[in-house]
This record gives sequence, C-alpha cells and structure tokens, in this order.
Amino acid sequence: MTARTGAPDRFGAFGGRYVPETLIPALDELERAYESARGDPAFRTELESLLNKYVGRPSPLSSAPRFSERVGAVVWLKREDLNHTGAHKINNVLGQALLARRMGKRRIIAETGAGQHGVATATVCARFGMQCVVYMGEEDMRRQALNVYRMRLMGAQVIPVTSGTRTLKDATSEAIRDWVASVNDSHYIIGSVVGPAPYPRLVRDFQAVIGHEAREQMLSETGRLPSTIVACVGGGSNAMGIFHAFVPDAEVELVGVEAAGEGLETEHHAASLSRGRPGVLHGSLSYLLQDSHGQVHPAHSISAGLDYPGVGPEHAHLKDTGRARYVAISDRDAVAGFELLARLEGIIPALETAHAVAWIDSQRGRWKAEAQVLLCVSGRGDKDVAHVSAASGADV
Amino acid sequence: MLDRRFADLHAAGRRALVVYVTAGHPTLDRSLELLRGLDDAGADVIEVGVPFSDPMADGAVIQASSQRALEQGMTLDRTLDLVARARVRAPVVLFSYLNPLLSSRHTLLDRAAESGVHGVLVTDLPVGADPELEAWLGGGPLAFVRLVAPTTPRERMAEIARHGRGFVYLISRLGVTGERADVAADLPATVSALRDATSLPICVGFGISRPDQAAAVGRLADGVVVGSAVVRAADRDIDAALSLVRAMRTSLDQLP
Repeated sequence: MTARTGAPDRFGAFGGRYVPETLIPALDELERAYESARGDPAFRTELESLLNKYVGRPSPLSSAPRFSERVGAVVWLKREDLNHTGAHKINNVLGQALLARRMGKRRIIAETGAGQHGVATATVCARFGMQCVVYMGEEDMRRQALNVYRMRLMGAQVIPVTSGTRTLKDATSEAIRDWVASVNDSHYIIGSVVGPAPYPRLVRDFQAVIGHEAREQMLSETGRLPSTIVACVGGGSNAMGIFHAFVPDAEVELVGVEAAGEGLETEHHAASLSRGRPGVLHGSLSYLLQDSHGQVHPAHSISAGLDYPGVGPEHAHLKDTGRARYVAISDRDAVAGFELLARLEGIIPALETAHAVAWIDSQRGRWKAEAQVLLCVSGRGDKDVAHVSAASGADV
Repeated sequence: MLDRRFADLHAAGRRALVVYVTAGHPTLDRSLELLRGLDDAGADVIEVGVPFSDPMADGAVIQASSQRALEQGMTLDRTLDLVARARVRAPVVLFSYLNPLLSSRHTLLDRAAESGVHGVLVTDLPVGADPELEAWLGGGPLAFVRLVAPTTPRERMAEIARHGRGFVYLISRLGVTGERADVAADLPATVSALRDATSLPICVGFGISRPDQAAAVGRLADGVVVGSAVVRAADRDIDAALSLVRAMRTSLDQLP
C-alpha cells in the first residue's frame, strides 16, 4: 500500500506517523528519549526494580488442571491479573512514566476504555507525583464506574468524552487533542500498541516482559515451548507483549482473539483484523473498521477494553505474513468463558481475557493431550462483575 | 490558479482571506448557498472540509459540523459534486483527513480537478510521513498545500516549504482548530522564521475568529484563514456567516 515498507517506523507496510504536524517534534523527542533510555543501565535497573517491588513481577505461570482436562491439552495461565492494579497495563505505564520524567514532562495524559489503563496511569502518577488527566468515554464511565472512582481516588482528573460513540475511540481522539495543545509540557501515555511511531514499538517493548518471563517459565517448568499462545486483541498490547518473545519460534502458534460482539455477520463487532481493511486512524496505518467512504465504523463489544475499531500495526503485519492468526469470539461466548474460568479454576478473568478463554474452550479436542496452550490472563474480572451479572439477569 | 490568485493579491498589496467551510454543513442545500455567497462576501480562497468521523485535529465546532454533515450522508464524492455545483470564482482547496482520500485513491485527483478543486491539504499527512502518498497527492493536477506548526524546527520549515505548493498554511498556535480570545504571542517570530525558509505565500490559521484578530495577523502574513467562527455562525444562519466574512474582508482591506 505504501512505499515505506521496511522503514524503521513500520511493521511491513503498517504503522507510520499520520499525525498533525504539531506533534512531529514531540514524537521525535520521544523516540530519542527512548533510544537513549534503552541503552542506559540506570533506566533499565530502575524500571526492573519498580516492576519487581511495586507491580509484583514476575507474574506467576499457573497451571489450570480442571480447564486443561476439559480442553484436552495442558493449559498454562500467564497471570497478568495478579499485577498491581489488576492488569498488564501497568507494565507499559511505568516505562512511559520514567521516559516522561527523563524528558522533564510532569503532566501526563491518557485515554482509557475499560478503565484499566486509566487506573494504571493514575496509580503510577500518584507514585511519581505527576499530574494526571484521563479521557474516558461517557458510555465507558457508566460501564466502569468503579474504575472512575479508583482513578479519582488516586488524584487523577477524569474527563468524560461525549463526542462520537463515547467510547475508547473518541477518548483517544480527545487525548490527542489535549496533547496537540499541551505538547511542550505533557506526555501522552498511550495505552496500547497503537498510535503513531514510536508508540507501537515502545509499548510492545514495555509489554514484552510478559512473553520473556513466560518463555523462561515454560522452559523451566516443562522443558518445552508452548504449542499455542492465545491472547485477546483490542488494540493488542497484551497479545504483542506475550507474542513478542516467541515470534522467532516458528513452531509456536500465535492466536489473537478479537471481539465478535453480536456476531461477525452483523455490524456490531470489534474485529478489525477479521473484518476490517487497511486505513489510517489515530496516527497509524493498520486494519480498520470503516465504511466504503473511509469513515470509521463504530466498534461494538461487551468488553470496553476491546471496543476499538482499529488495532496495533504490528498485528496487521503478523496477520499479513501469516505468523499469527486472528479469530473472533462473540459477547455471549465471552460471558460463558468468564464464568467457565471462574468455576473451573477460581480465577475471574477480565471480560477481555474471557474472549481468549472462550476460544480455547471452542477448540476442545483440537490439540494432542501433551500439547501446551499458554493463555495470557491480561487482567482480573472484578471490574466486570457488576456488568456481567446485570447482563445475565443476576442481582448483585 | 492558486499561484495566480496570490500573485494578483500581492500585486494589489492585499492580504488573502481564506475561508474554511465544512462540506454539507449545516445541510447540503445551505452548504451550497454558503459556498456561492463566499465570492461576493470577499473570500479569496475557499477551503472545503471533507467531513471525517474522527477529526483529531479539530475543536468542538468543526467536530460537530462534521458529525452533522455525515449524519446527512455527506461523502467525499458528494463534496466534489457540491464544489462542482457551487462554481465559485475563488480557488478551492480540499481540506481533509487522510483516510477518506485513501478510499477513492485511484480516481480522486482527476475527479477533484474536474469538479473545480485547485488544491488539497491533508491534516494528518506531515512531510516525510509517507513519500508514496505524498508523491501521489503532489504529482497530480492539484497544488498540495503543506502545514507548518509552531513546534516545527527551523530546518524542518525549509523542508516542508520545499514540498509545498500554492501557499504554506501556518498553524498559529498549539492545539486544535477553534476560536481564541487573543493571537499567539510568538506568532511574529514564527512568521519571520518561515519567511526565511520559503518564498511561498504564508497563510495563518487556527484561532482567528474576529476582524481585529484578522487584521493583527494580516500585518504579519500574506493571508488569514478563518474557519470555526464561520462554521459556528453558519450553524445559526448563512447570512450571519457571510456577514462575518465581509467584516473580515473590510478589516483586512484597511491594512496598509
């Protein structure tokens, strides 16, 4: 599609920097700060220490005996739900907050869908004494009221976004609008492997700790690599985080699970890779839900964290090269997955993760008994309990 | 056409009044009425905004106008039809986000030129971001107008100017489009740096909503862009929008 295939800001043809001119110098500055931080042992030591002592890393690799028995393969769970703040999001936020401090920026902007990235950002800003502004769609604030309270408790300002679909897409646009106005003293901590370069690579690198740990843990527990790795994909940061260390291991199958919402045959889903086509949104070229006129089509998912019409450009590249495959799970099956992992393993997964649980469950009998399936439990499901119970008619 | 317009203005010692309108706002018919009125109200260049679902560089007024136009079925094709039907005398610059343009990439530029469009400006395609797309947009019949921001370093200004045609659009301040109470304090320094980098006409936009602001900016630059204020006035009625354009014209023409 473009001549920039192979350029440093690209994953194949995807990625790039499709932003207003005002932001170009800030992206250059971020890129330089990141390159210098990567080579700085003091930066790496500080980040590692915070990940260990503040977040609680490494996160455990748990066996899942009852789910394994049902599936007919050995299922392993990478427990990002046990991180401080209850999801993988904080891995990226800590890294970026340290970069912001390096650049002398004391005001942090973030967007949030389910609220997990917003909570992680509010948390880290409290820890570092930084000012924190979180943009959140009005619809998501309603779905995730508890997370709004958490962010405010930690001193963040949560600004409702009332434009467009009032969800993650519009919160992201609003965060970018803030950044265009405040770029000299603010850093935008984008929450997923999306946005203009260098964000997709930078966020992936901060999330890659998930896969690096999991690879070591699998080898020391079992002496083997997993046959299949499964992760949910909205923007795709937990999936890129766990995939990255395994991309060179050609024998390891990588599966990303998108939200099929009310069904891929309907217009109400969030499956950008399965049903979108390449387009530009929020600064990068990737698969995008859009109509024939190039207008972005609103996404739908029961899970606020997957409710996004775009997807990280590296996933687009992994899809086109065939290195990863992407499937989709409906709202209804995701709720079943949510209940299944709770009942069988005593782990309530985030509704986002529940999509990946449900896909594994849908593949029962597909694997040989000795096959190992690694599931990224991207977050815990406490935030979703009220929403799911209301959807299933239970009274809480 | 753009070049000639700016040369004529320069020869007459006048500043260009560049007016932005959102295609299909407030309705298709009234959008046509507004466009047709702009020549006589004193617009020298008309920017026709292609509505986009996710206008991340725009403030509340242009966001709302885009949403309203989209709800009434406005598309890029219909935007071109609108321009063709309006038959304005002023050169028309298509003002768009990248994604709607990509969907009709193969035929867009020729069709736009046939419809009476003279230039194209893309909010989210900065210089160097995608040489292939930039070569496409700059290699056809339209003048590819490029943007400079207050954050743009001096050496990049020269690079942007080298790639630009028609005029250089200088963003007057940080932030999205929309009306502001004052003119940015560092604007004189930015305009003067840009003058050193290019011989193209410089038009300044973002935040200019009143005749006195237009005059203040007109003292520095070759042209002044007014957008949100006109769109907001058009929300109420077309005559109010045209009166504002006339007031801007009068104010600019009083400059020495």
